[in-house]
Amino acid sequence: MEELFGHISLGLFILQTILFIALIFLLKKFAWKPILDAVNEREQGIKDALKSAENAKKEMQNLKSDNEKLLADARAERDAMLKEAREIKEKMINDAKAEATAAGEKMIEQAKAAIESEKNAAMADLKMQVSSLSLEIAEKVLRDELSNKDSQTKLVEKMVDDAKLN
Amino acid sequence: MVFSKKPFEYLFVVLVAFFSLTSNANSTNTIEVTKKGNTVENNSEMKVLSKDEKKDEERKEFIQHHLLDSHDFHIFSYGKNAEHNVGFPLPVILWDNGLHVFSSSKFEHGEKVAEDGGNYYKISHHDGKIYKTDSNGKITENTKGKIQNEKPLDFSITKSFFMIFIVSVLMFLLFAGLGKSYKKNGSIAKGVGRFFEPIIIYIRDEIAIPNIGEAHYRKYMSFLLTIFFFIWFSNIFGLTPLGVNITGNLAITGALALMTYFITTFTAKKYYWKHIFWMPGVPVLMKFVLAPIELLGTIIKPFSLMIRLYANMLAGHVVLMSLIALMYKADSVVGSPLAFLLSFVLTLLEVLVALLQAYIFTMLAALYFGAASEEHHHEEAH
Repeated sequence: MEELFGHISLGLFILQTILFIALIFLLKKFAWKPILDAVNEREQGIKDALKSAENAKKEMQNLKSDNEKLLADARAERDAMLKEAREIKEKMINDAKAEATAAGEKMIEQAKAAIESEKNAAMADLKMQVSSLSLEIAEKVLRDELSNKDSQTKLVEKMVDDAKLN
Repeated sequence: MVFSKKPFEYLFVVLVAFFSLTSNANSTNTIEVTKKGNTVENNSEMKVLSKDEKKDEERKEFIQHHLLDSHDFHIFSYGKNAEHNVGFPLPVILWDNGLHVFSSSKFEHGEKVAEDGGNYYKISHHDGKIYKTDSNGKITENTKGKIQNEKPLDFSITKSFFMIFIVSVLMFLLFAGLGKSYKKNGSIAKGVGRFFEPIIIYIRDEIAIPNIGEAHYRKYMSFLLTIFFFIWFSNIFGLTPLGVNITGNLAITGALALMTYFITTFTAKKYYWKHIFWMPGVPVLMKFVLAPIELLGTIIKPFSLMIRLYANMLAGHVVLMSLIALMYKADSVVGSPLAFLLSFVLTLLEVLVALLQAYIFTMLAALYFGAASEEHHHEEAH
């Protein structure tokens, strides 16, 4: 044991201590600090990059689902619009049909009324003419009848009968 | 932890490539070092030893010398009697009533007495340390073999200090480069340091955060990262044929452990001290018993850090060197390749141990810091 520690050189021990402490501080300034800083920075960078990639992925997914939603909305809207248009079309056709029917009916009605009134007018005219013709005939007959007495009386009687019948 | 396979492959290739070289160097070098050493000091013993015994003795001493620090950087020797040495001397800096600075070449590999400013110094063959002597270089030992000479405070740039300096510079260039590359490339690592980025992240995510907690781990990160890479790189350097044994030196591991202790103690929160002096959730009598044990525990923890790293690295080196020596000891067609294979396999294991010890030291330091900075109360946890 004594021989073992007798071999320790105090000078070398002191020199080694000084050199080593100097080495620690030199390396700390010129090597370990920049190395560890750079490594840490790089690791942080990798971490951040991974995180942002993950975020981007998520955003992409969100965008995609948004797009899909938009598309679905648009499709639904289009369908609704088409449906509405179809309904409007049908309604318009129906309305037009109804209107046309109504107008036709009205025209027929009017025509009927016009025909009626024409007929009435024609009837009245005809009646007038018949009555005037009858009067003329009657006049002529009267003139003939009145030429004798008998016949006159006969005529009056007949006329009275007729009038009664009428 | 993600490892590129290639760096380890390269490391293996380099190790294998240098294997024969180191071992060659070792054998020749052994002869050189001890032959001269023995002739000077143990002249009478020399004659008794046979040739084989002498070689064994040489190898043993070489291993011992490898494990110790030294004042010159010796790489290998060649030549018949290893007379050519490849290496370079390192400066010697002594504090002995004034500063003494001179080159370690003055010692001529520990054989001569160096003179500086009127004082005489000699490196002891026993422990490789510098002792103050007279002009003849006489080293006196007591009966137990302990050297009685005065020992000046040695701030020399020894082989170990030279290597920890190299490791520090390497770490600084590597990691400062990595730190700079982030700014240039927009938070992406570039260059050689890129290989270490996953390890840094591993230390943060698997060592610091689970043990210390998300809230406090930041202030300990510099220490944990520095100590991990320092120990790892030092261990790996210890495996290269340069023959350095940095982390197998108690002065080094002691300094690292002491820093761990001080950081633990000075960043400790109220809860930590309460746990030591007045353990919650136990009877009052037990509290008195536990307090000294816990207090001692705070010192034992860093002490175990020091011994664990030292012993692991030292043991690895001893076994590895012994197996390399066995190649020469066996000196046969079967034995030597077998020893080579063993040492090769062990080297692979040592590469793992080098990393493992760095991991364990860092892990335990983080654990102690975690206990110190703990704030929330959980009575049942103990």
